[in-house]
Amino acid sequence: MSAQKPFIDIRHAKKSFGTLEVLKDINLQVDRGQIVAIIGPSGSGKSTLLRAINDLDPLTGGEIWLEDKQINMDLPHRQYERHINEVRQEIGMVFQHFNLFPHLKVRENVTLAPKMLKGLSDAEANALAEEQLTKVGMIERIDYYPSQLSGGQKQRVAIARALAMKPKVMLFDEATSALDPELVEEVNLVMKQLAEEHMTMIIVTHEMGFAESVCDRVLFMDQGVVVEEGPPEVIFRNPKSERTQNFLRKHLAGQQA
Amino acid sequence: MGLDFSVIPKYLDIVLLGALWTIAITLGAAIVSFFGGILLAVIALYAHPVVRWPFRVFSFLFLGTPLLLQLFLIYFGLVQIGIDVPAFVAGVIGLGLHFAVYNSELFQASILAVDKGQIEAARTLGLSRMQALRKVVVPQAVRDVIPPIGNNMIALLKDSALVSVIGVSELTLSAQRAIGSTYRPFEFYVLVAAIYYIINLGMEAVLRRVERRIQASK
Amino acid sequence: MDYALMQRVFPFFLEAAWITILLSVLTAILGLTCAMLGTAARLSRFRVLRFLGAAYVSVFRGTPALIQLFILYFGGPQIGIQLDAFEAGVIGLGINVGAYMTETMRGAIISVDKGQGEAARTLGMSKWQAMRNVILPQAMRLMIRPLGVNLNTLIKSTALVAAISVVELTYTAQRYIGSTYKPFEMFLIAGLLYMIIIYVVGLGVTWADRKARLN
Repeated sequence: MSAQKPFIDIRHAKKSFGTLEVLKDINLQVDRGQIVAIIGPSGSGKSTLLRAINDLDPLTGGEIWLEDKQINMDLPHRQYERHINEVRQEIGMVFQHFNLFPHLKVRENVTLAPKMLKGLSDAEANALAEEQLTKVGMIERIDYYPSQLSGGQKQRVAIARALAMKPKVMLFDEATSALDPELVEEVNLVMKQLAEEHMTMIIVTHEMGFAESVCDRVLFMDQGVVVEEGPPEVIFRNPKSERTQNFLRKHLAGQQA
Repeated sequence: MGLDFSVIPKYLDIVLLGALWTIAITLGAAIVSFFGGILLAVIALYAHPVVRWPFRVFSFLFLGTPLLLQLFLIYFGLVQIGIDVPAFVAGVIGLGLHFAVYNSELFQASILAVDKGQIEAARTLGLSRMQALRKVVVPQAVRDVIPPIGNNMIALLKDSALVSVIGVSELTLSAQRAIGSTYRPFEFYVLVAAIYYIINLGMEAVLRRVERRIQASK
Repeated sequence: MDYALMQRVFPFFLEAAWITILLSVLTAILGLTCAMLGTAARLSRFRVLRFLGAAYVSVFRGTPALIQLFILYFGGPQIGIQLDAFEAGVIGLGINVGAYMTETMRGAIISVDKGQGEAARTLGMSKWQAMRNVILPQAMRLMIRPLGVNLNTLIKSTALVAAISVVELTYTAQRYIGSTYKPFEMFLIAGLLYMIIIYVVGLGVTWADRKARLN
């Protein structure tokens, strides 16, 4: 790692629910433009870590920095709210279950936050929505309601919605796990496109093939710790840790079954 | 004494004017109860306990007591604290608050039923809690709850007859005026019942259309 | 708040509360009777009865209870019905609440799975036997709680008879507001008594509901 300050810096992240420790002293540095995949069995803490980055699941210890801004700060409630709302505008998040707003059309899903938070006019917001929806290939569905879309289409709209805030980093929380197999590829394509544009991304995923082809680094997490990390060819072809080997073997078997 | 419906035409304009006032008061109270209901629901679910408790006591009292008693409280209570409002305004406030409490129960349930992921998605875009509630959660909650709220509004129409007791010149009171000079209660009350029934049928038809449209948009 | 005054008038409210309770009990009995007849009519195989049942529900739910009360009490003498205010109150409210309860009962019966009736019929039961032995026992369980909601509404709507001068809780509150100019205190006393009555009835409904579910 270079001497320059990392783009995203997670230091000694800890999280527990009561006596259950979900994250045990996690450290992770991500450079600008880097793409990091986090893999691991369910309950390993990978989603919790991702959700901690924009404070959906606040840490119980440690620090998270985005450039020169600390994300999880100890501030009085009201100040903290203002702070976190600003921080979150710079972090895009994509959920497993899309979480599109069902009462709003595709267009309004994308324009809602830019209009409210960045003061964009209707015309500006519309242009922005059209631009982002074109990028994810959903421009033809701009006046549809989410209920009229397939899962893959919903997820592409959700990505456009996040991109419309011009985030510095995108977080993907198992973005394709809820999709039918034949719809996974269209979402993966959009993510690959973002990778080519050097968007900084952290991706929690079950899709090893995709992780290997797109990511610069892979983290394997289990029981709240990072067991192993490295370039994808090492993690997937020559994992050192026995836990990683076991996980990959089971996972592969599961996929073939 | 027998029945004689031939006295009605002479008083029909008074009664129909009363019907207009009944529609006006129903509309006014419906608006108060709708937005009041949302406000009460948000307070009940999200406000600081210091704010929440007085409202909870208020809701508890209003859910457990008759509307007529509440109308007496509001009408005479306002006078008592030196606010001399016209009976019409007291009627709108009384009916509106009464149904706001009932609507609030519906809104609370439907707000809680909105998927947690919706708030999360809104928050990750940078919306504050209040912004997320206003733009994402409440609109969805409202859509889900329109049919039962509509039923409350239809109940409100019929309960609006009670404001005649505090002297609001709506349909019921206008009938009483006509009866005062004709001594024909049966004829006029049946007429008034028929008018309420027609407005009621109209509201039910509208509600059913709205329900179908909501169903179609899902 | 004027506690001394509240203490002084309380006995009069308590006496009025008994009238409210008596009204509620009699109205509930009449209402349930009307509802059973109404439900039987609505589910009858005779079209005329079905129409009459539907008309009863539609008209009595579609017009204000207060007006129904006025027609009976003030208009009754014109068609040969002479009732005192209390009688008119019980009969008027009873028929009114019966219309709401009809919908509750019918809803419970038709929400019993259709397969239940069919299964009973294939065993050779008549329609009535299937209704009595298979459908009704299941429907009873389903209707207790919504009937409890009807009862709750009924207790509050007994206040309407204040408008025909029956000396029950709301009438008493109104009279004392007029003579003492203490609306809030009078509201609290009457309101508290209403809530106690509703609470006790609610306990009874919960008890009946639990018992029905255990069987």
